[in-house]
This record gives sequence, C-alpha cells and structure tokens, in this order.
Amino acid sequence: MTENEQPGADQPRIGVDEWVASHAGRSQLGRIQRELARVPRPAFYLGFTAAAAFLPLVTSNGYVIRVGFDTLLYMLLALGLNIVVGYAGLLDLGYVAFYGFGAYGYAMLASPKFGIHWSTLAVIPVVVVATAILGFLVALPSRRLLGDYLAIVTLFFGQLFVTVYQNGEAMSFLGFTRQYDVTGGTNGIPDVDPFNAFGTQISSLRGYFYAALVVFAIVLGLVYLVDQSRTGRAWKSLREDPLAAELMGMPVNRLKLIAFAFGAAIAGLTGTLFAALNTAVFASDFDVPTLITIYAMLILGGAGSLGGVIVGALVVNVSLEVLRTPGHATWVFYGVLLVTLLVKLRPWRVLAAVLGGTIAFGYAAHAIASATWPRGVHGTASVGGWLGSGLRGWVLHPTDPQLVGNIAFVILVLAVLWLTTLKGWAQKAALVPTLYLAAFVWENRLVVEPSITRLILVGVILIVLMNARPQGLLGTARVEIV
Amino acid sequence: MNWNLFLTELVAGITHGSVYALLALGYSMVYGILKLLNFAHGDIYMVGSFVGFGLIGVFGGPTSLSVNSWVLLFVMLLCAMLAGGLLGVMIERFAYRRLRAAPRIAPLITALGVSFFLENSAQLILGAQYQSYDSYDWHGGSLWSSGFDLPSGVHVGLPQVIVVVCAVILMVLLTLFVQRTQLGKAMRATSFDREAAAMMGIDVDRVIVATFFIGSALAGAAGVLNGLVYQQVWPYMGFQAGLYAFIAAVVGGIGNLPGAVVGGLVIGLAQSFSIGYISSTFGDAIVFAVLIAVMVVRPSGVLGRAAVQKV
Repeated sequence: MTENEQPGADQPRIGVDEWVASHAGRSQLGRIQRELARVPRPAFYLGFTAAAAFLPLVTSNGYVIRVGFDTLLYMLLALGLNIVVGYAGLLDLGYVAFYGFGAYGYAMLASPKFGIHWSTLAVIPVVVVATAILGFLVALPSRRLLGDYLAIVTLFFGQLFVTVYQNGEAMSFLGFTRQYDVTGGTNGIPDVDPFNAFGTQISSLRGYFYAALVVFAIVLGLVYLVDQSRTGRAWKSLREDPLAAELMGMPVNRLKLIAFAFGAAIAGLTGTLFAALNTAVFASDFDVPTLITIYAMLILGGAGSLGGVIVGALVVNVSLEVLRTPGHATWVFYGVLLVTLLVKLRPWRVLAAVLGGTIAFGYAAHAIASATWPRGVHGTASVGGWLGSGLRGWVLHPTDPQLVGNIAFVILVLAVLWLTTLKGWAQKAALVPTLYLAAFVWENRLVVEPSITRLILVGVILIVLMNARPQGLLGTARVEIV
Repeated sequence: MNWNLFLTELVAGITHGSVYALLALGYSMVYGILKLLNFAHGDIYMVGSFVGFGLIGVFGGPTSLSVNSWVLLFVMLLCAMLAGGLLGVMIERFAYRRLRAAPRIAPLITALGVSFFLENSAQLILGAQYQSYDSYDWHGGSLWSSGFDLPSGVHVGLPQVIVVVCAVILMVLLTLFVQRTQLGKAMRATSFDREAAAMMGIDVDRVIVATFFIGSALAGAAGVLNGLVYQQVWPYMGFQAGLYAFIAAVVGGIGNLPGAVVGGLVIGLAQSFSIGYISSTFGDAIVFAVLIAVMVVRPSGVLGRAAVQKV
C-alpha cells in the first residue's frame, strides 16, 4: 500500500496555476480570512476564555451552566487527545482510561471510601503525576509498535481498565482469602468530596464552572506554548513521517513517551474535575462511547488544530445536548438540513427546485396517505407550536411508528448510500424523496430515542468527515508532495 | 486434578475457539489485503447472529419449529452468511474505498465510526435487551441432550459438535478456495503486493470486494454458531468478540490463514481456562493482559514472520 495521498479536489494541487490558486485570497470571504489570519492566535483563545467567563453571569439556569461545564471538560479531553493523535500522530484508543484513572484517583483520595480526605491542592498534583506515569508506562512497551498495533494495544488497555474497575469490589491477590474492595465495582465510589482548599470548598455549580475554566485556560496556554516549542514541532514531524524524523536525529521514542504522558496528565486532571462535580464515579462512564465522542470532537474540528479542537468539542457536545429535548432537536435538525442544502446546492434554481419538490412531495404523500392509510396520519408530532402543526400536515405520523420507523430507517441508510453514487440531475431528483424520508424517520423514530440517536450521529460524523473532509472543519489540508 | 473441570473447560474452549477462528479468518483476510483493522467485523458477526435469531422466529420459535431443525440450521447459516457478506461489501464500498490512499489513521477512525454506527443502529431497531436463541428448548429440548458423553462423564452437547463441524467445513472450503481457484490466487497475489498485482492485470477492486464478502460471510456464520451454543444475542455483542478475534489473528500472525485458526483456538482455550481456573470475574482481564504482553513482545504473532518494513 502506498502512503502517497492523492491530492483531492479541494486541496491546492501541485502544478495548479498560481493565479487560480490564489483565487481564495481575492474573494470577499478570502479577504475576511486574510484579516483574521493576521490576528495572533492567542488573542482568539483569550477572547474565547473571556467570553466563556460571562456565561454564568448572563444566565442563572443551572442546566445551561452544567452543559457549559461539561463542554469545558470535553474541550480539555480533546486538547489532551489532540497532543497524542493530532500532534504526534499516535492513535491512542485507551485515552479515556486515563480520564477514568484520574476520576477514580480523586475519588479514592477524597472520599469516605478509604477514609482519606486530602485537600484538593494535594490531590490534584498527585493524580496528575500518577496519570502521567501511567501514560508513560502504557507508552513504554508501545514504543516499538507501529500504527495499528499501538491502536489495538491501547484499546485493550482501555478495556482492561473498565473490566478491572468494574469488578474491583472483590480484589483478591493470588487466592488469598481476604478480599479487598478497591473500586466499588459497578456501584462506583459515592460521596466524593467537593473541591476544597484552606478550609473553604466549592459547592455551587457556578464555582465548578469557574474552576473548570481556570483549568482550561491554564491547559490551553500550556498546550499552546508546547505547540510552538521545539517539542511541538518535533511531534508534528513525527506525525508526518516517523522515519524521516528519526533520520533527522529526533529522539522518536522519547517524543512518543512525552506525548502519551502529557496527554494522559491532561485527561487525569479533567477526571478530578469530573469526579468532584458528580460526587460519584462509575467505570462505565469511561468506556468506548465516551472515547468515540471525544474522537468525533477531535475529527470534526480538525486533529492537530488547537482552535479546531475547541470548536469541535463545543459543537459536538452542545448539539448532542440539544438532542435531549425533542422540541429543540427538531428545530436543529431542520435547520442543519436547510443550511447544508443552502451551502451544497448551487445554483439557486436547483436549490429552489429541490426544496419546492420536497415540500410538494410531502403534501402529496400526506394527501395520498390520509385517503388510503388512515393509521398513517394519526400519530403525534414531536414538537409543538407552529412548526409542529406545520409538520403534522406534511410528515406522516403513524399511530404506532416503531416498526414502520425502523424499516424506514434502514431504507433511509440505503437511500443515502445510493445517493452518493448518483451524479447530476438524477442525484438532485433522488434527493427529494430521500429528504422526505429523512424527515419521516426523524419525526417517528430518531427524536423518540435521543440517547441512541446521539451515538448514531457520532458514528455518522466520524464516517462522513473521514470520507469527505479528513482535515476537519478548521484544520488545514495537507499538501502531499509526491 | 479435577479431570471433569478440565474436560468441560476444554470442550468449551474448543467451541468458543472455533467461533473466534471463523471471525479471525475474516479479520486476517481483510488485514492481509488492505492493511486495515476492520473494527466493524465484530458487528457483522452481530448482524449475522440477529439474522439467525430472526429466522428461528419466522419458523415458529425454538419450541415449536415448523421445519426440520437441520433444514432450519442450514437456512440460518446461509442467510446469515449472505447478509454478512453483503453488509461487508457495502461497508467496503461506501466507507473504506475512498480512503485506500489516505494516511493510515483515517480508515481506522472510519472503521470505529462504522462499528459504532452499526451497534447503535441495531440498538435503535432491535432494542438494547438480550435476545435468546433458546437452543436448550430447541427441537423439543433434544438438541442439547443428544450428543455424546466423554469417558469421564462430561457431556458434549450436539450444538457444540455442530459448531466445531461447521467451522471445520467452512475452513476447509476457504482453504480450497484460496489455494485452488483463480480468484483465490488473485487474492494471495494482492495480499502479497497490491501494486504489482494490479500491474499483472488483476482487478484489485474485484479482489477486495470478494475478500470482504467472504470474510464477512464467515463472520455471519460465526454469529449463528455462537448463538446456537451461547444463546444470547444483543446489539453490543460484536465489539468484544471482534477484539478477541483480532487478537486471535495477531497471535497466529496476521494475514496468515492457518495461523488465524490456531490463534482462535488458543484464545478460546485461554479464555475458557482462565475463567475456569483463575477467576471468573477477572478472566477477561487476564486474557487482555496476556495478549497485550504477546503483542508487545512478538507483534508478528506466534506463527507469523516479522514483516520487513519497506521504505
């Protein structure tokens, strides 16, 4: 297999006329991009952190602050994973175990479980150092493993972590009769202390939000500095071509170890925040779904791009959170569909034809169904208000939608796949019934099962992005010189 | 020494090992040709298992089968293999094909996405609860009670015999196919050097599609066989089975088909004995730890040759 990347259509190509290549710089959008590129990067990060600090001031809604806190945690996790995957190019599929290790570490050192109640200022350094050492140890034998093998060994490490912590309520050492309850098993460790230092403790959600923000600002600054440093550049060269990097005299093994330990330390630190706010830890929180969600954030924003990772975590976590409320989710669903069509369909005549066609198709289908299949229109819409009443007259809502919805879901997946093989007018024409089918599946099946829909969407994000835009939203496409 | 425990674990290990071996063959074939870790392989196995489960329901459920159980078994295997094969071909066509020339990390992440998508779609459609093949009640309860007793009194149920026999038949067919047919030869050539094979006039796309079809069909069959012995099927069953199968492929030397079979048996036995003798809760953890050690010490597998990396 060759490692040469074929230059895609959207990447600058070798041998393309310079005037054509600089087209982006002359358009209106290009001018804005050029102006933005002049602003130093740290200004963006500072601006973002400052803006985030206002969140608890503008709203007193506990749920919103809670989502903000979770988003900050995901941003921290994505920043850590970005070091290992984005900079050093090592596929670490056991990353979430470090997060869990940090959370359990905090819970063990500050809870009634073992009767230890250390001050947070003592726990955090201990946990961070311990997690870094763990990352170092995991990376130690992994040094000689190439790409795929590293991925599988780390994946097994992650599974090992979950298995051990989930069964850790009866640790017996080599058959000694006395059994020790180390991790609480599936019951986890409850009653974890809140963050406390010098006799005061953080008890409010707002306080935790600011604690997370401070940690985020520190980590972001640190990662930014490392990114600019000699080590950061060395990581990127390792990612681009490990062999060339080694030939240039870079200590490849040491670089891999540092990347692993650094990423793990950030995950461990994030774990302490998680444990303190939730006041309990369970091993199942640190399993594959969390890992894949972090990967989706990293990939969406663009692995290797600091700003991209932050935006990716923000977009993915907020949109997954929005899915929990069917009313909001439906708005977002149709909004995203509409925006995608606006961006992707040119010229506007085609766009108008597809949109008009879809709306007409819906009303026609609804009219036919209400005449021939009365059961098909007597269900309930997922959202109230004028959107809901509009949808009720357009999308079919069968009374018992589960079976029909499931079949429609399978057909939708097949239809979307088929759509990608079509070209030109045939594709536009096929888009009309597919869009309607998507609305039908959404209304009848997906919006009803938000927790599964979230995970399906995360999987779809990974597949679609890797196929369509592997550099992510904000990452820069690599120009491969053949 | 307790011979009964030993023999029970041995029989269970060989049964489980046969299922892993079938899965590992598909893993190994795909890896040999594309150098791609197909994380979705385990989920194809899950889909195959559910196809078999659905067919039992279609023919009247486990207790009151309307057809001969041998006919049903044959139909189940055939349908599961067909469904698995088609699913594998679709995954290759729509998720992996565009990424063949991309950096290695891209298809790996895509494979994770495909696996996650399949698992959760299955959960959406089929629900998260465990379903049961109920082979203890199958055919009036005679499926498990028939079979034979080992000299010391350990009972080997008919389903266990069926699993091992079916696995052996499929493996023999696969070996004949790979060794004797033209397409099999093309597969070996492509696996050896894809570019050179393409230059020799081999239609590499066709070979890759055939590889995915055959490998995934074996996974589908493994799903049915697993359900027959262990009964339970649920949407997330594929993930861990896929991990074990991958390790089996690695232990045998990835890309090496006889090695995959040996690896599958080794993993099945190791799992079964560590659960029986060491710790039932930490059996999995012990196997994981041992396998990490094997991968780190000898990544080319016990039977494999170390690959010389060409620059």
